[in-house]
Amino acid sequence: MPVIDQAVVELSRAQFALTALYHFLFVPLTLGLSWMLAIMESVWVMTGREVWRDMTRYWGKLFGINFAMGVATGITMEFQFGTNWAYYSHFVGDIFGAPLALEGLTAFFLESTFVGLFFFGWERLRPRTHLLVTWLVALGSSLSAAWILIANAWMQNPIGSEFNPATMRMELTDLGAVIFNPVAQAKFVHTVSAGYVTGAMFVLSISAWFLLRGRHVDFAKRSFAVAAAFGLASALSVVVLGDESGYVATEHQKMKIAAMEGMWETEEAPAAFTLFGLPDQAARETRAEVRIPYLLGLIATRSLDQELPGINDLVARAEARILSGIAAYDATQRLRADPGDTRARAILRSEVDNLGYAQLLRRYVDDPRQATPAMIRAAAWDTVPGVAPLFWSFRAMVGLGFWFILLFALALWASTRRVWDRRWLLWLCLLSLPLPWVAAELGWFVAEYGRQPWVIEGVLPTFLGVSSITPAQIWTSLAAFTAFYTALLVVELYLMVKFIRLGPTLTPEPPAAAGRRASAEALVTEE
Amino acid sequence: MPPVDYEILRLAWWLLLGLVLIGFAVMDGFDMGVAILLPVAARTDTERRVVINSIGPVWDGNQVWLILGGGAAFAAWPPLYATSFSAFYIPLLLVLAALILRPVGFDFRNKIENPTWRRVWDWALFLGGFVPSLVFGVAVGNLFTGVPFHFTGELRAIYTGGFLFELLRPFPLLCGVVSVAMVVMHGATFLALKTEAEVERRARVAVYAGAAALTALFALAGILIATVVDGYMVVAGGDPLGPSDPLTKEVAKAPGLWLANYEAFPLMLVAPALGFAGALAAVGFTLMGWPGWAFVASSGSVFGVVTTAGLSLFPFLMPSSTEPGHSLTVWDSSSSPLTLFIMLIATVVVLPIVASYTVFVYRVLRGKVTAGHIETHGKHLY
Repeated sequence: MPVIDQAVVELSRAQFALTALYHFLFVPLTLGLSWMLAIMESVWVMTGREVWRDMTRYWGKLFGINFAMGVATGITMEFQFGTNWAYYSHFVGDIFGAPLALEGLTAFFLESTFVGLFFFGWERLRPRTHLLVTWLVALGSSLSAAWILIANAWMQNPIGSEFNPATMRMELTDLGAVIFNPVAQAKFVHTVSAGYVTGAMFVLSISAWFLLRGRHVDFAKRSFAVAAAFGLASALSVVVLGDESGYVATEHQKMKIAAMEGMWETEEAPAAFTLFGLPDQAARETRAEVRIPYLLGLIATRSLDQELPGINDLVARAEARILSGIAAYDATQRLRADPGDTRARAILRSEVDNLGYAQLLRRYVDDPRQATPAMIRAAAWDTVPGVAPLFWSFRAMVGLGFWFILLFALALWASTRRVWDRRWLLWLCLLSLPLPWVAAELGWFVAEYGRQPWVIEGVLPTFLGVSSITPAQIWTSLAAFTAFYTALLVVELYLMVKFIRLGPTLTPEPPAAAGRRASAEALVTEE
Repeated sequence: MPPVDYEILRLAWWLLLGLVLIGFAVMDGFDMGVAILLPVAARTDTERRVVINSIGPVWDGNQVWLILGGGAAFAAWPPLYATSFSAFYIPLLLVLAALILRPVGFDFRNKIENPTWRRVWDWALFLGGFVPSLVFGVAVGNLFTGVPFHFTGELRAIYTGGFLFELLRPFPLLCGVVSVAMVVMHGATFLALKTEAEVERRARVAVYAGAAALTALFALAGILIATVVDGYMVVAGGDPLGPSDPLTKEVAKAPGLWLANYEAFPLMLVAPALGFAGALAAVGFTLMGWPGWAFVASSGSVFGVVTTAGLSLFPFLMPSSTEPGHSLTVWDSSSSPLTLFIMLIATVVVLPIVASYTVFVYRVLRGKVTAGHIETHGKHLY
């Protein structure tokens, strides 16, 4: 009998997915909007023109509504490793806990301590000091993302650590390697840029709405221009510095990319990119493929001569690693009984990288040493994530990425050339509002679903990571989160819409400046 | 290998975890106390907004002490984080629900004028202060009585107890009430410092009530610890330099054993004494009309009470009631020496920076929150 209750595994995964995806509805907007507030307020401090201060306060109010939700749903994430993934927490806390603690210490304190002053410090601080506070909030939120992505990247590419049989867990050997993990760098740039795109789209769409309605036109044009410039830079960064650049780092990252491509057989370098196809997991083939030569090899390896292995070859490699892993597992058991067993220690040292592969068997059998060849084969095929969902999510995400580049480029053209009469463009901006969220959620789905069956790639299968809790408890919490989060989302959206429609409170400008501006621009600020 | 002894590193991290938890109790404690007092200290909407805005700009930063506590436990004491969070699954779910209400309660309440809307968020803010104060106290009480768990050979923690009512036995509940009384006293000293007129007067009354309840119940808890509550003691194994494997020691369990540390080191009695003296001094300073000193005294009391719990339990972090030998202690539940060392350096460097910008923020925000200020600057406040 396997040790783990599959219902606990499935429910815990569902709850983590739900709460993480929900949390990430708010995070990207915080990331992007905080920098845009810093930019707008900087212009105010440099030029002294009140409209920029009004912009900062208006977008800041919307930022506040969103920020509250981000904080509220973030606490769940930190608790959840312990409540639902206790064995995971024990097994990798020595490494994984460090970036989380450093996040609190270096980033979250900064962001949360100064966000109060951002809202309440306008009258108590000199403009320059308040501007510094705003920059620190923005810095804190991006730094926070950096630590979380370092932790997440370690799950995808667990370097700088080793298994210790005396404590039966992974332990840190090199924090520098964990922090400068190449996967973390790719993830950081990609994810944070995606957040900036979200913030930019939020401002762009709402400004477009004001322009379509002819309300607060001067205010909306300036916001639109800032969003277009910031958004184009960010959208280019998201696509050009895509997350997949980190995918060649490890075996399972290669599996992830093969699954995303529905690529069953290894191809000669550089591999072709499949623009369209119908992946069939049962038949282990992808039908009706439309392919672009060389493109995938270029995207994934940034080279023309590096080979990308297909799914079938990767499964064969996994099977070999499971067999070696069984020897490593046997060695850990013997070392547990007798720490002085030097032969077992030597075997473990040479085969430790495959230990996690033996753990895949525990889905079928309590002791991997008792596994049958059929179980080993099944466990090797378990290393293939669901191909079709990855294939389609990835394509939808990439398509959205290119759309953002096009849209922000058009918006930048319109704002620099002062072409404000193209209503179709304003409508496109408005209708694109939800798309960055869709892209971000798809991106996380690709990254995390694509990591399955591993929670720590090659080290710990997801199903082993759970707590010793009952399905009834998780049903309780899952129902509570669903109801609670839905209610909060309704309230949040209601407030967001209400305050968007309310519009900014604009400070009357001194008559001289207003007179000059009125002649320069045909449209006058509404009061 | 880091250049510091594993034993010293573990001791340092025990102190640091204590420091972070004290930071949480002192900093987030006062804003949770203010939230608990919201229904009684304020009668009108303006008064409620005075109370809410007294903590409005700072509660978020304060709450990071809790996040840091969770992160520090995860990074420095992974078995403790894993075992306690999964055993206290349902109570932590309640805490989470309450904590989720806080940020949205603060930000959303003032955004709509409707009195029903505001009343709902008032109660949400109250729960956001009350539930965590109670549950964290109950959790500490459960550490004293021991928690039913054991480990498998691969160090997978198996919890065998009930998920809510078993954790709500009389002694843990008493600890929960001690915690609420402490938080109310502490929050009341802050509220008295930051407000005027009627709200300030009610806050002062709450200082007296909270301090009286705290001293009586804290003393009662001490008497129960000395007489009926089982304590734990490591009797064999438990090498301070050994690997973090909680299966290599023997533990005895008997009433009164939680006082063994005080018998060995009577100087440690300073901690409970500070718990009592701080509460009495908070009352004294409030009577004399020195609210700033009352807040300092109350912080001292909080420091004393939390330290008393930590010192009594030492070296235990989380004893097992069903398999005492599997209890988690300072010597067998830590991270590796390297992780402890790096995180120690990081904390020693960064925490003073955090403390200094926190002081800056409080200096900017110094002074009382008045009804007049709320009425003139209403749109930009909570």
